[in-house]
Amino acid sequence: MPQNTPSILRRLDWFTVLIYMALMALGWVSVCGASYDPDLQLSVLDMSTRPGMQVVWIGTSLLLGLILLGINERVWTTFGVAIYLLFMVLLFVTPFLARETKGSLSWIKIGSFSIQPAEFAKFATALCAASCISRRGFSMRNKRDFLLSCAIILLPMALIVKQKETGSALVYLSLFLMLYREGLSGSILLTAVSAVSIFVVGVKFSLTPIEHIALGDLGTLCVCLIIQAFTLAFVHSYTPRPRPTGRMLAATAGALLAGYALVRWLLPMVSLNVVATGVVAATVLYLIYMAIRRWMWHYVFIAIFAMGGLSLHAGANYVLNNIMEPHQQTRIRVFLGMEDDPLGKGYNVNQAKIAIGSGGLKGKGFKNGTQTKLKYVPEQDTDFIFCTVGEEQGFLGCATVLMLFLTLILRLIHLAERQSDRFARVYGYCVLSIFLFHVFINVGMVLGLTPVIGIPLPFFSYGGSSLWGFTILLFIFLRMDTARERLT
Amino acid sequence: MTSEERKEVLRLERRKYVIGASAALIIVIYLIRLLFLQLGSDDYQAKADSNALMKQVKFPARGAITDRHGRLLVYNQPAYDIMVVMKEQEGVDTLRLCEALGITPEWYSRRMDEVRDRRRNPGYSRNTQQLFMGQLSAEEFSRFQEKIFLFPGFYVQRRSIRQYTGPIAAHILGDVGEVNPQDIENDDYYRPGDYIGKLGVERSYEKQLRGEKGVEILLRDVQGRIKGHYRNGEYDRMPRPGKNLTLSIDSALQALGERLMRGKLGSIVAIEPATGEVLCMVSSPTYDPRDMVGRQRGQMHRRLNIDPMKPLLNRSIMGQYPPGSTFKTSQALTFLQEGIFTPETAMPCSRGFHFRGLTVGCHGHASPSALLPSIATSCNAYFCWGLYYMFQNRKKYPTVQAAMTRWKDHMVAMGFGYPLGIDLPGEKRGMIPNADYYDKAYRGSWNGLTVISISIGQGEVNLTPLQIANLGATIANRGWYITPHVVKAVQGESPDTAYTTRHHTMVERRHYEKVVEGMRRAVTGGTCRSADTPMYEVCGKTGTAQNKGHDHSAFMGFAPKDNPQIAIAVYVENGGWGATFGVPIGALMMEQYINGELSETSLEKARSIEEKTINYPDIR
Repeated sequence: MPQNTPSILRRLDWFTVLIYMALMALGWVSVCGASYDPDLQLSVLDMSTRPGMQVVWIGTSLLLGLILLGINERVWTTFGVAIYLLFMVLLFVTPFLARETKGSLSWIKIGSFSIQPAEFAKFATALCAASCISRRGFSMRNKRDFLLSCAIILLPMALIVKQKETGSALVYLSLFLMLYREGLSGSILLTAVSAVSIFVVGVKFSLTPIEHIALGDLGTLCVCLIIQAFTLAFVHSYTPRPRPTGRMLAATAGALLAGYALVRWLLPMVSLNVVATGVVAATVLYLIYMAIRRWMWHYVFIAIFAMGGLSLHAGANYVLNNIMEPHQQTRIRVFLGMEDDPLGKGYNVNQAKIAIGSGGLKGKGFKNGTQTKLKYVPEQDTDFIFCTVGEEQGFLGCATVLMLFLTLILRLIHLAERQSDRFARVYGYCVLSIFLFHVFINVGMVLGLTPVIGIPLPFFSYGGSSLWGFTILLFIFLRMDTARERLT
Repeated sequence: MTSEERKEVLRLERRKYVIGASAALIIVIYLIRLLFLQLGSDDYQAKADSNALMKQVKFPARGAITDRHGRLLVYNQPAYDIMVVMKEQEGVDTLRLCEALGITPEWYSRRMDEVRDRRRNPGYSRNTQQLFMGQLSAEEFSRFQEKIFLFPGFYVQRRSIRQYTGPIAAHILGDVGEVNPQDIENDDYYRPGDYIGKLGVERSYEKQLRGEKGVEILLRDVQGRIKGHYRNGEYDRMPRPGKNLTLSIDSALQALGERLMRGKLGSIVAIEPATGEVLCMVSSPTYDPRDMVGRQRGQMHRRLNIDPMKPLLNRSIMGQYPPGSTFKTSQALTFLQEGIFTPETAMPCSRGFHFRGLTVGCHGHASPSALLPSIATSCNAYFCWGLYYMFQNRKKYPTVQAAMTRWKDHMVAMGFGYPLGIDLPGEKRGMIPNADYYDKAYRGSWNGLTVISISIGQGEVNLTPLQIANLGATIANRGWYITPHVVKAVQGESPDTAYTTRHHTMVERRHYEKVVEGMRRAVTGGTCRSADTPMYEVCGKTGTAQNKGHDHSAFMGFAPKDNPQIAIAVYVENGGWGATFGVPIGALMMEQYINGELSETSLEKARSIEEKTINYPDIR
């Protein structure tokens, strides 16, 4: 039963489309700002300039979105798996066809254009995951089902790592957020997230002293707080009532304050880290006590988690400082944005921070950024585009952009949840998870908070492949949404 | 749906709040971070104004080149590039600038347009230094230096350009020029405006000669003024100078060779047999390497390029000539090794080889003639019979193709038919035909007689002068050679095993001894008599190669007979008999190298050869 176009446009979620267009427009303004050159009296629409090309990419993306709205959603439910397999073959052959550009083997040249299949494999993977999970009888508790959905996510990752595009590969990890919504145990996700943050934070701030307060390094302190927070979260979510959460929270806060007062005024030679580690150790002992008293495994697991966190932190720093070769150490440090390496990636992050910081509240104004203009910030219109926003539009501009992204993601959660069909819901969560991961990593990298992973900022970064990739992801979902009552 | 299932569905649906809250938390953390960065302090604003970093490349000195005795051949001389920063130069008095640089206002405006043209100058930016004028000499620079304060936005960058001590060895040394886009694409090291070796050892040893660029990281303010080194130079890297090269060339020998070849087209290659070191490599006509430096390089290069005499062609490794009778030594060795002839086998010669209506002419000499006199008198018939018997021998070789293949294998083992692998760019392979080649040419119906001329170094056979000289070195060594090379040592590097490994031919030493005897007899009582000298025992073989025009004159030989110090090939295009030019030039070269100088009579002889020019009517 073919549906007529006006009815689709009437049922379309224009709110999302509006945010999408707003982000693209702001992105285009930033690309203009980043590549503006006072020497060239060229129109921004000139095809030889980056803004000119970006207009072409935006135009084709809108066209692409329109076409996708016209494609019946049943195409995706029927051919999702086939599309996925096709893209896996394409990803597999890409490194053999690709010419190496900047150490990556992910670009295929077709005529005078280059495309990056990895950008398009995302929607295929989302479709396949949706097909898999929406099957009758699928349950995340079933081990086979769980492993199959993991395999669907990990296969493209492996293939993209082979193209030396580790950054793009990591994006697929975001699909675990969708798995969480579909029933993946929260403890797995929580453990993984805490392990990554303990590692990153612990190593990154291991050399930063807690200035003016007490002895010790910021890394260990933060790691202890993270462990404590996650431990409390675990106790609160996974132990049967009555839970000792409130008691533990109070005790933690009290112990930290008392410990802080102690090292601040009585024992200034004792590091605050000792206090923080002591709090975690005491918590572990208490958990073991609870395990014996209530005779429950839950507490044992949580105790193991807390001890594991501490050992991971100690182990990571030990391996980095005592086992790795100096050049490997440098690579890790640069990756985490610690090293002040004026010639490499660390330089980018440093310059990015300067560029953003110099923007102030209102920014320097459109095309008035000096840092991004003098090419101090490399990749200024691709991976580091947020710098231009920061420098030229200031805090207000940055906040607007971030709020737009947050609105988009929350709106997509809402849309996904109103689907009557599991396929559409899973697909919607895939889309929003990917967007969230891109924003999280890209903006975090520019702000010096997350590791240096070169992935684009959706709808902002210059480039056709990524813009098309994000458009495809979004508009397939928007079409599914127009048919939310019919799809079952 | 059971109530248990419904509960589960609701439990999972609540997770949307967790996901939404996580997204919100991330954004809130980022907003706080932005608050700190952008509104927290003016630190970053100040840094943006002052702590802009600028990378300034420091160029290393290119390695020097000396000859085998340590005599300097190539060194560096300072030169100065004038750089311009467009943003800063506004308001400069262009007329005074033109005057100070000795350029016309037209040139100035054309050049400025070129610099701004992003198609020609892809790295252009208003804010960074751009090359305005390259390679000023010290005098030109000092004139400009006095007035540089008048021209803000103009800077000077010190570079070094190549300088040559003499007019010799242009083809071996090669030259240095600006990189082209292809070079930049192939190697990340290069940036537009960098220099790269274009020809000769400058190109083949580019990686060793160029050294490694250094970098200075400078702080500059928003106006572009330099404020000093970033972190007191902690991140600066000094340039690493290039490595020096010692050539195996003897510059006196090279100079004599170039003198002797004046007015003639051709080549001289001399090799030290024990090491494979090339002692001289003359290609005539040549040019003065000193003309190929600085700003006139492009113009000079264009002029040499259109010269019909092709002075840029290194004939020693790119010229492919019929080797003529010098090739007969390789045939004698093959026939002896294959058992076609013994040294005593004598062949009839009645002023040539006559068989089944085929005639290959020869000059008058005693007949029949065995191996030694046949080499000494360069008897064509002897070698034609040899090839005929070899290709006819169905007991040893089932087909003529099998015989041909065996013959070709011998030639390849002697270093013919493929590039030898000398350390210079552009070496040609010459031509050794194989069975396939003749099967195609004669549609499978051919025999030893069809291809008889290859036995006397004519027909399809072509060698480079280097391959002929290497044949001499192989005979001097009695059966092996080391790949010829022109670089004796690279500073601080151990020798390349490619240039220390012996390559053995498929012929036994005892056969080589016989051929050496024959070549000795050619000097004592044969075609090379004028090369005979009481000072040392010379062995040689003439060649007179027929071609479209007047015959080419060739000589291949070595000396002394025992413990040879030099093997040589001389090839003079259209020089006539081998004895006309080949032999006397070869003799003089050997004398110069072995004695270190020429005797009075030899000097006289050298002068008369130098003055003889050959007329090349075919070349305008």
